[in-house]
Amino acid sequence: MFFHPALLSLLIWLPVLGAVTIILTGGDHHPTLARVIAGVISVANLLLCIPLYLQFDPQSVLMQFTEDHLWISAYQIHYALGIDGISLAMIILTNFTGLLVIFAGSHSIKVRVGQYMAAFLMMQGMMTGVFAATDAILFYVFWEGMLIPMYLSIGMWGSSNRNYASIKFFLYTFLGSILMFIALLYLHIQTGSFDIGHFYQLHLSPNIQKFIFFAFFLAFAVKVPMWPVHTWLPDAHTEAPSGGSVVLAALMLKLGIYGFLRFSMPIVPDACAHLSGMMIALSLIAIVYIGLVAIVQTDMKKLIAYSSIAHMGFATLGCFMIYDIVRHTSGSQDAYMSLEGAVVQMISHAFGSGAMFLGVGLLADRLSSHSRNIQDYRGVANSMPIFAAFFMLFAMSNVGLPGTAGFVGELMVIMSAVQAHFYIACISALTLILASAYTLWMVKRVFFGMTLNREIGAMCDIHGYELINYVLLAIGVLFIGLYPEPILHVLHASVGHILSLSIPAVS
Amino acid sequence: MIPESYFLFVSALLFGLGVAGIIINRKNLITVLMSIELILLSVNTNFITFSYFLHNTVGQVFVFFILTVAAAEAAIGLAILVILFRERGNIEVDQLNTLRG
Amino acid sequence: MDNLLSITIAVMLLPLAGAIVAGLFGKLIGRTATHSVTIALMGIVFLLSIYLCNQIILKGHPAIDATLYHWVASGPFQWDVAILLDRLSAVMLLVVSFVSLVVHIYSVAYMHDDPGYERFFSYVSLFTFAMITLVLANNFLLLFFGWEGVGLVSYLLIGFWFQKDAATAGGLKAFIANRVGDVGFILAMAVILMVFHSFHYSDVFAAVPAMSNQTMLFGGHVCSVITLICILLLIGAMGKSAQLPLHVWLPESMEGPTPISALIHAATMVTAGIYMIARMSPLFEYSEVALSLILVIGATTCLLMGLVAVVQHDIKRVIAYSTLSQLGYMMVALGASAYDAAIFHLITHAFFKALLFLSAGSVIIALHHEQDMRRMGGLARSMPITYLTFAIGALALAAIPPFSGFYSKDMIIEAVHLSTTSGAHYAYLCVLAGAFLTPLYIFRAFFLIFHGKKKIHGPIYENGWTTLIPLIALAIPSVMIGGVLIYPMLFSTPHLLGDSIFVLPAHQWLLSASASYHGALSMAMTAKASTPFWLALIAIAISWIVNVQHASIGDHLKSVFHRTYAVLVAGFGFDRFNECVWVRGARALGAFFYQVADLKMIDGFFVNGSGRLIRFISNTGRLLQTGFIYHYALVMVIALLFFVGRFLLGF
Repeated sequence: MFFHPALLSLLIWLPVLGAVTIILTGGDHHPTLARVIAGVISVANLLLCIPLYLQFDPQSVLMQFTEDHLWISAYQIHYALGIDGISLAMIILTNFTGLLVIFAGSHSIKVRVGQYMAAFLMMQGMMTGVFAATDAILFYVFWEGMLIPMYLSIGMWGSSNRNYASIKFFLYTFLGSILMFIALLYLHIQTGSFDIGHFYQLHLSPNIQKFIFFAFFLAFAVKVPMWPVHTWLPDAHTEAPSGGSVVLAALMLKLGIYGFLRFSMPIVPDACAHLSGMMIALSLIAIVYIGLVAIVQTDMKKLIAYSSIAHMGFATLGCFMIYDIVRHTSGSQDAYMSLEGAVVQMISHAFGSGAMFLGVGLLADRLSSHSRNIQDYRGVANSMPIFAAFFMLFAMSNVGLPGTAGFVGELMVIMSAVQAHFYIACISALTLILASAYTLWMVKRVFFGMTLNREIGAMCDIHGYELINYVLLAIGVLFIGLYPEPILHVLHASVGHILSLSIPAVS
Repeated sequence: MIPESYFLFVSALLFGLGVAGIIINRKNLITVLMSIELILLSVNTNFITFSYFLHNTVGQVFVFFILTVAAAEAAIGLAILVILFRERGNIEVDQLNTLRG
Repeated sequence: MDNLLSITIAVMLLPLAGAIVAGLFGKLIGRTATHSVTIALMGIVFLLSIYLCNQIILKGHPAIDATLYHWVASGPFQWDVAILLDRLSAVMLLVVSFVSLVVHIYSVAYMHDDPGYERFFSYVSLFTFAMITLVLANNFLLLFFGWEGVGLVSYLLIGFWFQKDAATAGGLKAFIANRVGDVGFILAMAVILMVFHSFHYSDVFAAVPAMSNQTMLFGGHVCSVITLICILLLIGAMGKSAQLPLHVWLPESMEGPTPISALIHAATMVTAGIYMIARMSPLFEYSEVALSLILVIGATTCLLMGLVAVVQHDIKRVIAYSTLSQLGYMMVALGASAYDAAIFHLITHAFFKALLFLSAGSVIIALHHEQDMRRMGGLARSMPITYLTFAIGALALAAIPPFSGFYSKDMIIEAVHLSTTSGAHYAYLCVLAGAFLTPLYIFRAFFLIFHGKKKIHGPIYENGWTTLIPLIALAIPSVMIGGVLIYPMLFSTPHLLGDSIFVLPAHQWLLSASASYHGALSMAMTAKASTPFWLALIAIAISWIVNVQHASIGDHLKSVFHRTYAVLVAGFGFDRFNECVWVRGARALGAFFYQVADLKMIDGFFVNGSGRLIRFISNTGRLLQTGFIYHYALVMVIALLFFVGRFLLGF
């Protein structure tokens, strides 16, 4: 193996350290210092991802960059880290998004800058921790730890209805996680360990599996979010500052899918196979129902939030369709694309929706009323042509146009859906129509037409950090769309491994 | 020889009076304090009774402790009562429900 | 081989380079540099296309089939970005690059005053890139890339004047209608992948004969796999090629600049569906059902849209409905297994329809963006060259020999006549009716614009040479190309398209037509024996009488058939139906889901409801806390009694 001096720990704790430093060095009283520290740390973190990617061995199915220290000996809790291909992709995504958010925040946040930077750095560290933890309790600690800065960011820098939204967000997600914690304790009792790898070797009875499945389901479905536990997301997104929205959309939703992949499917495969019909139905509801709901939204952020739910429906569909595909075809080979499509979908969705949330944020910043209502805008393309061009690209990614990131995952999932059932493919393909309807109708109303009023006419086009962010995101969207293989390359082995764990031996 | 049940009966009676005093009394807070004293006295009576009949002096030692504590308590209680009266102008139990939920 | 491959790649990427230069640096390098660069690149692309065509078709160079890079490899599947240059794509390449070049040049004058000049050239070049990608794909995936790419640019270009609400609405409609078709297309891809385990044309086509009898359970019915795939592909083609009932977007697309209408909505993009089905001929040949469906849909579109074109007043809309009708012809040809004839008509149509659009554009510029034909008239004298080119376009469209449209359309009618695929009779009647309607509407437009009384005051000038040269450049092939190409396209062995097209021996209707073919000239001379020719002449005569001689007849007819007229003006109510059912339906459903299910049920009842429940319980519970000491004492005593009693009495 290569030499890696606790690279994962560094990735987790460097931002946390940065957050503490910002607070200790005066935080809000020295906003510039806070911005500089946050910027340096997030850039450093992204740079640290480069050796992570380069030294990662994509052929191996084992956890890599592992670290293992005994943490609480009485309960055999370890500080155990390690990543596979899926975690690697998610960690890079986390640090990339972290950078964007810090950049975006350093421009638009004017009050309590230090605390803002500290909160987002903290979030970044916790998020990386979630993806890197291989010990269930450590996972749980990071999982919950991340809620606090997010809760604060909505509650402190949010807009008018922020109290309701932040509490709703916290209670919703917390309620889910508690049941997951109970499930983890049960698994601990069964195995005598909190190592997730040990959980995989359990052979539980079908009934127990179902209970555990539902405990996990609530935790992860809330995060995804799946219908009908999705209503926190539009509120949280609407009220959160644009940085918070980006983190929510780009990363936090992915935790749910990641949880399904890491916990539900390998640990309770029989229950997943048994209940795949329900999961597919919920995913399809997310795609069609939420797509229709998105059409009638009047708030831009809400619209994009609903579109996120619909897109996440593809990820859950891809995850749980594998059981039906295996049932209908001989081998698990055909199910592979479905699962991989789900993973790609969750990565690619981060770019498109993250960029759109940033866009809405910077539009609202330019308007004195900070309105996000579609009807308050018109003809933005007149005064902000560069922004309009970028936004069109991200909108197209949201629509799922070939050549953009949004297309890859959707294509893979639809291609495999037809093997599960033709009608699943039909319903999921409706997203082609729905996504273009809600996204482009919004684009039409916001960007096109004559300029509504003088304020919109006088908006300055994007510049500085905003431009850097958008260029970075545009490169990401186009790169994934035109050449997704480098990303898939690191996923292949890991997805195959999860697939082999998730398919019950009987079928 | 008076059987011990007589003493215990008196003690129970005192206790009952004390409790009734607390529950039934709606007027004066001083009555409540007196009722508490009464309850403590009933406890003392019990201690002495058992101490005598069981030939164990520990019970009588306890009575002294209780008397001391009761005195201190009565002093503090009266002090609070005086301050309460100064603040609110009355010490009627019916009016004292600031702890209401 | 390597040489040809790199040229092919260059042909594909040069327009993209032009688009990037014009799009990113257009403002920097200025207008002249922008159009110089893009036109120069398109010129190179055109010359290279000629070279490639020459190599592939005349020199008989074997088809180029090469993988550029692996796009996705997942599980058992590997999807490549890979190109195929065979006879069919070479021909298409030539058409696309020629029309695109002409439109680029024409746009210099047409878009002269537009503030979005650089953006326009960027889009047009981007479109050319997407279209060439579509044509050169060797697998369904890259085909879909190009397919969606042209859809995107079409959306952007229809909404080019984004300040006009009608334009952006038209763009949105076009995109969504196309997407409806794309649902079919992507499902077809999925089924193809499931059945053939590959996206590669050659893999799929090689496996088709073996699969032709395979069935799958589909919604409880047993259904041939090939038929399923073909019908799904057809839905895709119906979206892109604007066939009934997905045609609604094409008339709206006329809100875009006229050069775009010529390039995208007449010559190239809308024919992508035709190209795709011709390309898939090895699939469609094995599905009688799909062929019949194509026949019926194409024929219906041909007839109905021809009828609607007769009552339009907007010059561009007349031509747009005419495009729909002509696309119907091509579809009919495909349905009759006359793929070569469809591509033949596609080529001739590309030239004469682009010519018509650009001539109309010329009129529109001269009249300062007036598009209503009722306000035109008598322009023949002031715009002689436009008059002439429009006349050539109209004659070609009306299938008057020896103009190009005559050959292609006549062969389609002939092929349908001979075809025995079910639905062919119906289709034959429809295309005959179409042959009557086409001259009727196009000459109506022609006479209204150029003849009669001059209704616009003030002098009207013919446009400059940048406008006229493209017209002339298109007029020449509009006259000639039919006669030149008919023999190599349809009757020589091997055909011009060679093995790109596959026709089952049982469907060789064109072959039977070749018996009566004795050269292009004699075909033109013997036209007087054919029904369509006489129908066309009658139609032109009627058009002359109604529109020039006795304009009152038109009004009289209008009042007599006012119901029919209203139906035609409403375009058979497709727009209304879509608006009422789909658009409002989706919004109403969305509003219901949002307001009732999301806000009231989930949020109101469950989420906030659980909060309210907890609050209610605590509100009730806190009443126990009276604040009176004696209440607490009472509770204590009762509890004490209870526990003592329980202990003593054991209850």
